[in-house]
Amino acid sequence: MLKLKVNDIDVEVEEGTTVLQACEQAGAEIPRFCYHEKLSIAGNCRMCLVEMEKSPKPIASCAMPAAEGMVLKTNTEKVKKARKGVMEFLLANHPLDCPVCDQGGECDLQDQSMYYGIDKSRFKENKRYVPEKYMGPLIKTQMTRCIHCTRCIRFATEVAGVPELGAIGRGENMQITTYLEKAMESELSANVIDLCPVGALTSKPYVFEARPWELKKTETIDVMDAVGSNIRVDTYGWEVKRVLPRINEEINEEWISDKTRYACDGLKNQRLDTPYVKINNKLKPSSWDEAFKAVSERIAKTKSEKIAGFIGDMTNMETTYAAKDFFEKTIKSENLESRYEKLYINTNVRSNYLFNSSIEGIEKSDLIILIGTNPRYEATILNSRIRKNYLKNKTEIISLSDVGDLTYPYQVMSNNTDTIKDIIDNKHEISEKIKKSKYPSIIFGQSVLKLKSAPYIFEEFKNYLLENNKISDDWNALNILSKNSSTVGSYDLNVLSKNSSYEILDKLENNNFEILILFGQDNLNFQKKNEFIIYIGSHGDKGASIADVILPGATYTEQDGYFTNLEGKLQKAYKASYPPGEAKEDWQIINELSSFIKRKNLYKDKNQLIDSLINYLNLNNKNEADFEVPEYNFKSEKIITEEIDYYHSNVIARASKTMSECKNIRMSLPKTGTDS
Amino acid sequence: MAVKKISKVQPEKFEFNKKNKETADSIIKNYPSGKQQSAVMALLYLAQKQNDNWIPLSAMKYIAKYLDMPYIKVYEVATFYSMYNLTPVGKYFFQVCTTTPCMLRGAYNLVDVCKRKISEEENRLSEDGKTSWLEVECLGACVNAPMLQLNEDYYEDLDPTKLEQIIDKIGNDEVPQPGSYRGRLSSEPENTRKTLIGNKNA
Repeated sequence: MLKLKVNDIDVEVEEGTTVLQACEQAGAEIPRFCYHEKLSIAGNCRMCLVEMEKSPKPIASCAMPAAEGMVLKTNTEKVKKARKGVMEFLLANHPLDCPVCDQGGECDLQDQSMYYGIDKSRFKENKRYVPEKYMGPLIKTQMTRCIHCTRCIRFATEVAGVPELGAIGRGENMQITTYLEKAMESELSANVIDLCPVGALTSKPYVFEARPWELKKTETIDVMDAVGSNIRVDTYGWEVKRVLPRINEEINEEWISDKTRYACDGLKNQRLDTPYVKINNKLKPSSWDEAFKAVSERIAKTKSEKIAGFIGDMTNMETTYAAKDFFEKTIKSENLESRYEKLYINTNVRSNYLFNSSIEGIEKSDLIILIGTNPRYEATILNSRIRKNYLKNKTEIISLSDVGDLTYPYQVMSNNTDTIKDIIDNKHEISEKIKKSKYPSIIFGQSVLKLKSAPYIFEEFKNYLLENNKISDDWNALNILSKNSSTVGSYDLNVLSKNSSYEILDKLENNNFEILILFGQDNLNFQKKNEFIIYIGSHGDKGASIADVILPGATYTEQDGYFTNLEGKLQKAYKASYPPGEAKEDWQIINELSSFIKRKNLYKDKNQLIDSLINYLNLNNKNEADFEVPEYNFKSEKIITEEIDYYHSNVIARASKTMSECKNIRMSLPKTGTDS
Repeated sequence: MAVKKISKVQPEKFEFNKKNKETADSIIKNYPSGKQQSAVMALLYLAQKQNDNWIPLSAMKYIAKYLDMPYIKVYEVATFYSMYNLTPVGKYFFQVCTTTPCMLRGAYNLVDVCKRKISEEENRLSEDGKTSWLEVECLGACVNAPMLQLNEDYYEDLDPTKLEQIIDKIGNDEVPQPGSYRGRLSSEPENTRKTLIGNKNA
C-alpha cells in the first residue's frame, strides 16, 4: 500500500493505481475525457491535470502511477488555470452546435465546460471541418465534434476485439475512421456511442428522437440472450426510445450487445394489439370475451391429455409459473414444455443446467474449452469476458469446432464426439490440460445437448470432472450456455416433460395434440395439421401466423417479470411502458382465461402470484429421486455448432428494422478479415 | 497540411519483389519475435521505393498481412508521416520546405513558382506527367533557407529564378547540380568566414 496526500487528506492506495484514482479515493473530482476505467490509458486529452509537489509542471493524473509520499493538489489556482487552458483548446475546434446535437444534456464536454471552462473564446480563426464518416447502420458520426480522446479506438481494439477503428492523419487534421469507411463488424460496436464524451459518435436509429431529460428512465434487464444484461430503458410516452447499459460488474460490466440496444424498435412493429379469432379460416379482430369464449369452448370439448402448452424464449417466470398452474389446476394436464428442441437436461441439481463458472469467474479461468457453442453470437457479453481473460492471461482456449472469428485466437480440435470420449478416457492431450489446470471452464452449447449421444457426453464428462476434482464448492468447471432468457427460469420451475424426456415434443411432431397453447413460443418445428392453436404473445410472427386464436400479450418492457440468467441469477425486469391497444400482461391473460374456464381466478392479484412463485422456488429443492438418468450409449457423430441468425434470433429482433439493416450489411461483408 | 488523400486510381495487386522481400525479412529479424509489427515503417518505405515513390492501398494491405496486423494500423502510420506518398508522384518530386526559417527567407515565392510551372495544386502531376510538388515541414537545412528536396537531393539557397531554371532543366530530363545555389559549401558563412579563422580544418 502506498501513502499519498491529496489536498491535505491522507489516502492509502494499492500499488499500480494511478494518481487519478488516488485523487478520487480522497474525494477529489478530476475531470477527464480520454481516461476510462475499462480501457487502457491514453493520456491525450490533458483534462486531468493536477499539481504535484516538486514538479514544476502540472501532471496528467490519469497516466501517472501513484507513488509513495506524493503530495497532490487538485484545487489550486494553477490547476484551475491549467484546466481552463485545456478546455479552451478543446473548444477551439469544437462546433457550437449543442442545440442540434444529440449528445446535448448528457455531454461530458458540455458539463465539464460549465464547471471548468471559461465563458468566452479567444479563437477567432476558422474552425476545422471534418467530413462525416460512415460507420455502419448503428453509429452516426459528426466528426467535427470529435476531440480525439481515442476511447472508441481503444474500445474497438481492446474490448470488442475488432481493430477496425483508427486515427488517420495527425495534429489538427487527425480523423477517427474505420478502414476505408466500412461498417464496424462487431456485436458490441454501439458501445462506442456511450463511450464518446462528445457528440461525435451518436446513435443513428435514435437521431433527433428525444432529449435525455424528456425521457422516463426505467432500470431493468435485458432478455435478448440468456446473459441478462442490466439495462436502462428510456421511454417517451408509450414508445421505448432507447436502451442503455447499466453497470453491473458481475454480468455485463458496462457494455451491452447491439441486439440488446437496438432491437427496441421491434417493440413497436408487428405488434398484436387486439385479440383475433379465426373465423372461416381468416383471423378476425375480436373482443377479449369472444376470444376467451372460443378458447374455453374448445378446451371444454377436448380431453386434457390432448392439450399441450409451450413456453417461449423470452417469457418471464411469472408467466411460466402461471402457465404451469393453469395447466395443473385449470386444465389438469402435464403437457407443458419449455424446450423447442430435444435438449438433454438433467434436472437433478440446478448446477446441471447452469453456467457454473459464472460470467465473472471466466476472468480467472486458466483453460477454456468450447464444445458446440459460438459464444460470440450466443452470448456476446460473455464472449467479451473470455476475450478479456485472453488479453490479460493469454489463456489457452480450445474449441472443438471451427466457429469463425471469436475475437480471440483459439485452437480447433476434431469436432467428432470421439474427441470427447478420448478426453474422458484420458487418451487426448486435452485430458492432461484439464488435469493440470486449476480453474478450467468447459462450456457446452445447446448444440451438444441436442445430439443423440448428449446424455453420454454430459453425464460422463461430469463424472470425469468430478473424478478430477474440477467440480467442488470452490470451482465448478461444468458450464451450460443457454441461448434464451427464459431457459434457466423454466428449468427452475420444472417446466419440462417428466424426466426431461422428449415425449411432448415427439407427440407434437406426430400431431397427437388437439390444442396447442403457445406462450410466446415461435420456434416450434412441426407441421400443423388439425391442431387448434392459441397464441399468447406480443408479436405477429411464426406463432401467430399458425394460430386460431391470438391473445395479445406484453413484451419485457411492458410488464414486471423475473428472469433467471444463464448463471442462475434471479433478476427482475421492470415495467417501463404498457402493452399497446387491447393487449394485456401475460399473467393477466392466463388468469382471466382460467376464470373464464373454471369460473375461478388462479390468483387474486400479481402479488399473490409472485409470493407463490418465490415460495415454489424456495421449496423446490430438486431432489435426486425426481430425475432418473436414462440409459445412454456412446455414438460417434459430428458436433455441429448450430449457426444462429444473430440479428434475427427472436420475435422482437425480427420485427426491428435496425436489426434487419445490420443483418443486410453483415451479409454483404466478406466472410473473413483477410478478404478485401 | 490536410489529411492525405488516397489516390482514386489504385493498382490491383502489390507484392514485394525478390530483393525487397529479402530486405523486408532481414528488417523484421531486427525485432524480437512477435514484435514484427515494429517493422511497419521500414516496409512501407520499401514499398514506396518499389512502386514509383508512392504507396497504393494494396501495398498497405500486403504489408498488414505480411506483419500480421490490422489494416487500419498500417493505414494510420501511412497517413501520419508526410514522407509516405499515397498518390502517384512525378518522376521528379519537389518537396518545398515552408517551415518558419525557410518561410522568412521566401519559401512561398518558391511555392508560387511550383504552382505556376508544375501544377496548380500540391500532389498533382504536371502536364507532362513527370513532375509534382509538395509543401513539407522542416527538412533540417535552415541555414541554407529557402530550400527544397528534389527526389533524394537538397537544392539550397534558392530564389524564384533559380528554381525556374531547375524546373526547366528537368523538363529536358537533365538533373541539375544539387547543393547551394549561391556557391556555398554546405553551410559555411555567406561571405568570408568570421570565426575559427586560424583553424584549417574548420
